[in-house]
Amino acid sequence: MSTLDTTSDVPRRPFSGRRVRLGDLLLQGVAGLAALGATVLVGLIAYKIVEGSRLSISTFGLGFLQRVGWDPVHNLFGAETFLFGTAVTSIGALILATPLALGIALFLTELAPNWVRGPVTALVETLAAIPSVVIGLWGILVLGPVLLNDVMPALHSALGFIPLFGPTSTGASVFTAIIVLTIMILPIVSSISRELFLGVPSELKEAALGLGTTRWEMVRGVILPYTRGGVAAAMILGLGRALGEAVAVAQVIGSFSGNGISWNLFNPGNSIGSELVNEFLNYSTTLELSSLFYLALILLVFSLAVNLLAQVIVRRVARRQGFVS
Amino acid sequence: MSAADATQLGRRNDRLRRRHAVNRGMELLAWLAAAIAVAILGIVVVSVAKRGASQLNLDLFTKTPTATAFTLHPVAQGISNAFVGSLVIVGLATAFALPIGILIAIYVNEFAPGAVKNGIGLVLDVLNGVPAIVIGIFVFGLLVVGHGQSGIAGAFALAVIMLPLVARSTIEVLALVPNTLREAGLGLGVPRWRTTLGIVVPQAVGGIVTGAVLAIARIAGETAPLILVSSIAGSSVAWNPIHALQTVPVAIFQLSEEPDPQAHARAWAAALVLVLFVLVVSLVARWFATRSRRKLQGAR
Repeated sequence: MSTLDTTSDVPRRPFSGRRVRLGDLLLQGVAGLAALGATVLVGLIAYKIVEGSRLSISTFGLGFLQRVGWDPVHNLFGAETFLFGTAVTSIGALILATPLALGIALFLTELAPNWVRGPVTALVETLAAIPSVVIGLWGILVLGPVLLNDVMPALHSALGFIPLFGPTSTGASVFTAIIVLTIMILPIVSSISRELFLGVPSELKEAALGLGTTRWEMVRGVILPYTRGGVAAAMILGLGRALGEAVAVAQVIGSFSGNGISWNLFNPGNSIGSELVNEFLNYSTTLELSSLFYLALILLVFSLAVNLLAQVIVRRVARRQGFVS
Repeated sequence: MSAADATQLGRRNDRLRRRHAVNRGMELLAWLAAAIAVAILGIVVVSVAKRGASQLNLDLFTKTPTATAFTLHPVAQGISNAFVGSLVIVGLATAFALPIGILIAIYVNEFAPGAVKNGIGLVLDVLNGVPAIVIGIFVFGLLVVGHGQSGIAGAFALAVIMLPLVARSTIEVLALVPNTLREAGLGLGVPRWRTTLGIVVPQAVGGIVTGAVLAIARIAGETAPLILVSSIAGSSVAWNPIHALQTVPVAIFQLSEEPDPQAHARAWAAALVLVLFVLVVSLVARWFATRSRRKLQGAR
């Protein structure tokens, strides 16, 4: 940048001699130390979680992932029920949130009159600012009863032949958790998609419209193919958020593992996050505590993998299209 | 015009009509999606406001909970202990995270060579991607095992969540400060550290404050780590973070798990206060951000 590297054959000017200034060294040192601290912190998080789960890893190994059941009395622990719950809730939320989010983003970039754009963009982002514990409170006391009394019976009678929509039992269910997670990841996916859509060069859009396409054909033929990679990254980031959400899910999912692997979305269930929130302070043996750490390790690995994947895609897209988002 | 031509034209018109119908349908769906999003926000905010407002009174802030025979967690009266605890824990977390986050941003923007810059960017992304509950378990393993829960552990957990947010937003505003200002300072013989602290950072201070305030709004509602590291607290008002402190989000969580409608009423009132705080703070910060950013970009 502005520090010129003076080569030896150029005579040094009197003022710009590379005197080492104590203040510079100090600020660079302290600031560098802070940056180093953040790096060490990431390592320490990984180390502590692995260290805590060591006992469980040596006892159960990778079989932990496939074992069903959480039995402190016999000291047998397995993650499969929770893995299943986490997968069903976050993938379900992603399936519901993606079309909605793309619709919102297209509305905001292509359709909305100017005076609507600002306020609606702000409102959607406000949704992201509502604390998860409040969404969870609303989910269990307001949304849950509505789903139980109106939505679930209707889905069951219309689509009951699909095992997903089985008999209903309670408002605190996997289905409720999916809806709550959908609400929570909607703003992320839609705001990233909106930015991507804004980045589509207007020449391309105008060229398509000039050839006589309708607006939808232009969206399908130009905007969506152009932003495909970025939209995938946005979906992956949304998935990462859904995987890691613990509190709101713990409030609405029913926190019941007795059903094991149940495909009926209307049953109560459990996810990694909800199990950690509900059971972490109630552990009875050291092996149970270690197994809870093991669950956290699994969650950490998944969310890091998902986030890194999204970063890689974003970087590749940015390089290919020559814009930095 | 021959008959054959006319039918062909008719067919073409049919196709065109169908294409326009599909287009109209898709536009309608997009409108609907936006309407649904706004409606969800409206429904959530209105239900919190409706249920919370009737319960909102001064007792909530001034009185402590008292235990009743039917509930696990004390519910009656107010939750002044939770407000005090949140204030202490969020305050401490900000005191930890803010200076370190700003220093990281200064290092990245003013000192770090390119490769290191990318590396630290990656570290911040990774830190930002760690689920809050996992951060809670990390702090549990680091500070709570063997020592018990404490407000300090809670503050540390929130600081870990806040750090990447503050660093990221500060990096963004520092990058907006025009290079000419740095060059002017250095050209006048001002040492680099004074250029940075005396010229560059003050230029960006509006943006830095905005980022910090948004991060505070975010951690004020953070629940998962606090449940693990600072939730088993007494019901009297306590300021000392050596012991576990009750906080507003944890109180909402515990009250929402109670079967008692009295407890739910308290939870709604506390949720209303939390949501109002978060929304007002983020809206003001956002408005302030667009203003100060416009000023910075105008100076370019």
